[in-house]
Amino acid sequence: MKILVTVKEVATVEDEFEIEGTGIADQYLGADLNEWDDYAIEEAVQLQEAGVADEVVTVTIGPEECEQTIRQALAKGADRAVRIWDDSLEDVDLLDVGAKTEILSAVVEEEDPDLVLTGVQAGDDSFGATGVSVAENLGYQWGAVVNHLEHGFDDDAASVRRELEGGVEELTEIELPAVLTIQTGINEPRYASLRGIRQAQRKELDVKALADLGIDESAVDSQLELTDMYEPESESDVTTWEGSPEEAAGELAELLRDKGVAQ
Amino acid sequence: MTDILAVTDHRRGELRDVSYEIITAGRQLANETGGDLHLAVISGTVDEFAEKLNREGVDAIHTVDYGEEFNHDVYAQAITQLYDELAPQYVLAPNSVNGLDYAPAVATQLDLPIVTDTIALETDGETLIATREMYGGKVETTNELEGGAVATIRSAEWPQAEGTGDAAIEAFDADIDEDAIGSTVNGFEEVGGGDVDITEADVLVSVGRGIEEEDNLPLIEELADALGATVSSSRPIVDNGWLPKNRQVGQSGKVVTPDVYIAIGISGAVQHVAGMKGSDTIVAINTDPNAPIMDIADYAIVDDLFDVVPALTEAFQ
Repeated sequence: MKILVTVKEVATVEDEFEIEGTGIADQYLGADLNEWDDYAIEEAVQLQEAGVADEVVTVTIGPEECEQTIRQALAKGADRAVRIWDDSLEDVDLLDVGAKTEILSAVVEEEDPDLVLTGVQAGDDSFGATGVSVAENLGYQWGAVVNHLEHGFDDDAASVRRELEGGVEELTEIELPAVLTIQTGINEPRYASLRGIRQAQRKELDVKALADLGIDESAVDSQLELTDMYEPESESDVTTWEGSPEEAAGELAELLRDKGVAQ
Repeated sequence: MTDILAVTDHRRGELRDVSYEIITAGRQLANETGGDLHLAVISGTVDEFAEKLNREGVDAIHTVDYGEEFNHDVYAQAITQLYDELAPQYVLAPNSVNGLDYAPAVATQLDLPIVTDTIALETDGETLIATREMYGGKVETTNELEGGAVATIRSAEWPQAEGTGDAAIEAFDADIDEDAIGSTVNGFEEVGGGDVDITEADVLVSVGRGIEEEDNLPLIEELADALGATVSSSRPIVDNGWLPKNRQVGQSGKVVTPDVYIAIGISGAVQHVAGMKGSDTIVAINTDPNAPIMDIADYAIVDDLFDVVPALTEAFQ
């Protein structure tokens, strides 16, 4: 079985920041492996270690700077990586679901995996829709918000649990090939070992432009235009206790006693 | 005129609250241009659901009597066929786990753009202006989409529709292609029964990412012991396996309503807040004065939990 994992380098924002136009000023931004994708990578690597998967390939849409994040996925055990970038993506404010679907679908078609694992959502733009959209576009089956995956794959089907709201899980069989969007908590993502990090440097990282995938530049024009970004208005009327930790704790203790706690 | 098709949500025989909220969201968009609001109710006891959904502002309710529970292939097929029949400008779906399991497929099939997890919507009939958050709620953005679109709405952002409507309730004879159904729902399971029911606790001491390491958890347990309280947590603590799933407060965990909820090192992501905002008194202990938890807290200590929590424990010992 071949598994393709979508890996995104997401932008992180410091507690204090400034907005410039429709984006956050560069100096307040960091970069990290998308938390949900970390669990997707781990699940794929565990399937490989269990002898179920023969190959784990990652795909990333992003500029050269994100190769460090891709190497993290390789260091955790993925076999090779594909990175898609193009000059035409350089000035795009926000790549919408439709554009991401076009690009990732072309890679899935080329790689022809049995299973595609994506994170449920990305920590920065939080659309949570690309995995299902890619599946529908390619005629793959799918399951959204998967928090357990049986490693047996009896009858060419994935037996999964989907995490619904309110502490309820849905037990579902999904025919392969399929796209599963992976929820946090499905496993314990490993830290890359030193050996893994050394090996990752030698693994294949293939870079492709849109034309290499047969995608016309216009296909990635976002149909959604980001027009404004601002800090949400706080509706807070919180009473904040000042002073040393002991003084503040004393105020809280008094409140709790007034409310009959621990009496 | 901007017609809206809004899809309702139900599970195990019960309509979910977002089904009444989506009526409000859909009615508001339809009002902006004088269009009609159509509801879709798919699978389960559709006639019973339709009666309950017939609230003020609904023009038509289309029932699709097929199967008992949610199946994304059935939903996707029924919705795209309803879209072809009704030609609405916008399709609204809940931003629930199930909404995210069919809405992107519907958008792809219909070749429409999708905008998810919206918290406000506005239209002039041509352009949809959708407000949503990015970076875990640190910023809000407005986004414009031209022409038709699919939008999913965050729960609890619109009030639930009330009153009694006079909608036309019509059975829609969707042509479901069974060969195209590639997944089967085999059942449901409640997670995390276990030793403790956090929904019964009067006082919850709840811990989040700020605790940093599993080895620091005894600090919280000592405080809970001193207060006679129960320990609960936000999602990352359970994801890390530091506490069992039955302790998780939030959208995918338990909804709690204690007299006192002490949120320690919890930033207050919207999914967490959904599970505890009904608490009588909310106290936050957090180093970040701008954390979202401060918006719903009644009292706060903006300081390091590793200094505050031992001091508080001592005050009760």
